[in-house]
Amino acid sequence: MPSQATAAARERRSIAPPTDRYVSWGRYPQSTHRRIHKPAWNDAIGAILETAAPESLLPYGLGRSYGDSCLNADRELLDCRRLNRFLGFDEQTGVLRCESGVSLVEIIDAFLPKGWFLPVTPGTQFVTVGGAIANDVHGKNHHCAGTFGDHVHQLGLHRSCDGLVLCSPDENPRLFRATIGGLGLTGVIAWADIQLRRVAGPWIDAELIPFQSLSAFLDLSRESDGRFEYTVAWLDCFAGRNPRGIFFRGNHSSENATPLRRKHGPKLPFNLPAWLLNRYSVKAFNSAYYHLHAAKSGATRVGYNSFFYPLDSVRQWNLLYGKQGFLQYQCVIPESNVDAFEEVLDRIARSGMGSFLGVLKQFGSAPPAGMLSFPRPGLTLAIDFAMRGEKTLELLRSLDEVVLASGGALYPAKDARMSPALFEASFPRWRSFVPCIDPKMSSSFWRRVTEAQ
Amino acid sequence: MSTQPISEPSAFPAKSASTKRPRALQKVIVLGATSGIALEVERQLAERGCELLLVARSQQRLEALESDLRLRGAKQVLTCAADLSAIAHHAAIFDLASRSFSGYDTVLLAYGSMHEQKESEACVDTLLEEINVNYVSAAAILTLFAAEFEQRGSGCIAAITSVAGDRGRRSNYVYGSTKGALSLFMQGLRSRLHPAGVKVITIKPGPVQTAMTDHMPNAPRFADPALVARDIVRALERRGPDVLYTPKIWRYVMAAVEHVPETIFKRLSF
Repeated sequence: MPSQATAAARERRSIAPPTDRYVSWGRYPQSTHRRIHKPAWNDAIGAILETAAPESLLPYGLGRSYGDSCLNADRELLDCRRLNRFLGFDEQTGVLRCESGVSLVEIIDAFLPKGWFLPVTPGTQFVTVGGAIANDVHGKNHHCAGTFGDHVHQLGLHRSCDGLVLCSPDENPRLFRATIGGLGLTGVIAWADIQLRRVAGPWIDAELIPFQSLSAFLDLSRESDGRFEYTVAWLDCFAGRNPRGIFFRGNHSSENATPLRRKHGPKLPFNLPAWLLNRYSVKAFNSAYYHLHAAKSGATRVGYNSFFYPLDSVRQWNLLYGKQGFLQYQCVIPESNVDAFEEVLDRIARSGMGSFLGVLKQFGSAPPAGMLSFPRPGLTLAIDFAMRGEKTLELLRSLDEVVLASGGALYPAKDARMSPALFEASFPRWRSFVPCIDPKMSSSFWRRVTEAQ
Repeated sequence: MSTQPISEPSAFPAKSASTKRPRALQKVIVLGATSGIALEVERQLAERGCELLLVARSQQRLEALESDLRLRGAKQVLTCAADLSAIAHHAAIFDLASRSFSGYDTVLLAYGSMHEQKESEACVDTLLEEINVNYVSAAAILTLFAAEFEQRGSGCIAAITSVAGDRGRRSNYVYGSTKGALSLFMQGLRSRLHPAGVKVITIKPGPVQTAMTDHMPNAPRFADPALVARDIVRALERRGPDVLYTPKIWRYVMAAVEHVPETIFKRLSF
């Protein structure tokens, strides 16, 4: 017998007060949100969508998108982290059904002991399944396994217009392809069926190979693609056109006798002062990193966590960049255009503003899983830049020119500043995505890149 | 963790490998299984391989919870969709537990309701509803389990009350009084069941980030339910302390609050 007043109170209950605690991983830009909804159950989402104003909502997971694609400035967020239940698992086929707020680390913790692993994993395990689908994330096995979206069999999608909709390659295929890589704009994912893959154990047979030029990297990458499931390279971005780096490649090991001991890493407790990261300290770090790893080169057996998630060992490492935050620049450039790639590296090296995390990977040629999927054949580069105001933005704009001219693309999940023109060039078919957007959804990113178009 | 090879496919450092778990905490009944704190407690119990009987109102939510807890390691999960605030249902719930979940060793009462204080001041129905949910129905169902445990001479009864029950405050005294009443009830029950060897644990959390408190202005600063649940599970495992403050700081905060003279306290608006 709940009275009317108590019903109203109950409704208020899933809504948090205005808060500025919802930031993206790069902590730039910082925006405030008018309201945060924190539903704990899928049955509560319909009502939230129903009462929301048009273009007011955006689902939010663990906030690991770097720029503003997970933000909705001055509007509302729907925090999905309490929707984190496993709904079913088929021991025979390895298909897991889970809610969208389940994080990859939870999946690994629960299913690796049973001999199952993620089909595709990004460089952090602290992302939600919903976020992995909405950004159609890729990993070190893109050349043989494609993206995360390639392993989603079907999903349930809350839509403000037509309730809970089943989407799969057979049912509502258009909406399915729009939701994969759809930046959370097509609705709220209620659950998804993910195909896990069998592994013998938690170990990776890895190999580290130092290289001294881009062509050496390309040779290594081509030579490894057939034999290694995982390939990626770390790059010293101070080296210019002929970058030195470390090539990492590996396969799941058949070793399963030795248990893996996991330790809890340290956590950065607060923003570090911005001066700590300067071109000298970063250059010294990169040099040390190169020489340390070059000395360790050769084959080793490592735990999955240190192979896939080296950065997860320092929690909140993003605070390293200080109060102003940082920007990650991830582009892909067609392989036919290696010159453009070298030009990008050269401009970064000359600016002296690069950072530790230069990551290089050759994408495979599988067709994209989603309408707005980022991965496409070519070379992808991801580098962090501490936010130092206009001069950082200026450098990134000059990189944009090269990417644009080369026929390349930028990754929305990493972006906080690309121009509408570059977005258009990166995703020329974005207009055919627009009809799939849920009328109640919007994001800071989407408004920025589609403004006046 | 030893490094010797194990031939089972579970050669991983699975959490269920902790064999040091005291035998006491194996079959747990959770009353109010879909409440924010209970969700975290259940997850941690599942990871320890416990068996669970979950009682809550929504069948749909219980089903989602059941599959989740099974996949996280719970040995057995039973559910019972019932409205605990309706005392008429209690006998059926108790029967179900005795019939299908016999040998349960722990009962955790985790449900509660918190209305806006102003609503309870303005509307007697709201006030009575809150008293009924938080105290009357809780005392009623715990009495059934108390008799069972007393007769058996073992077991543990735990209930989540609140630090709000330690002193009546202007802004929250209705909720506080219901939780305070339940704390007193638990105190007496502890004394009654002590000779029988039954443990009674009063759990007094400070403000926790759950659906119950999301609307409050400083909710982002409240305690993480996973940490509160860790304290609760530890207390259930160790069968103590008698009164658990979580996070721990509230023990000292409340000790101070209780010593403020009433002439001053009545002037404070918090």
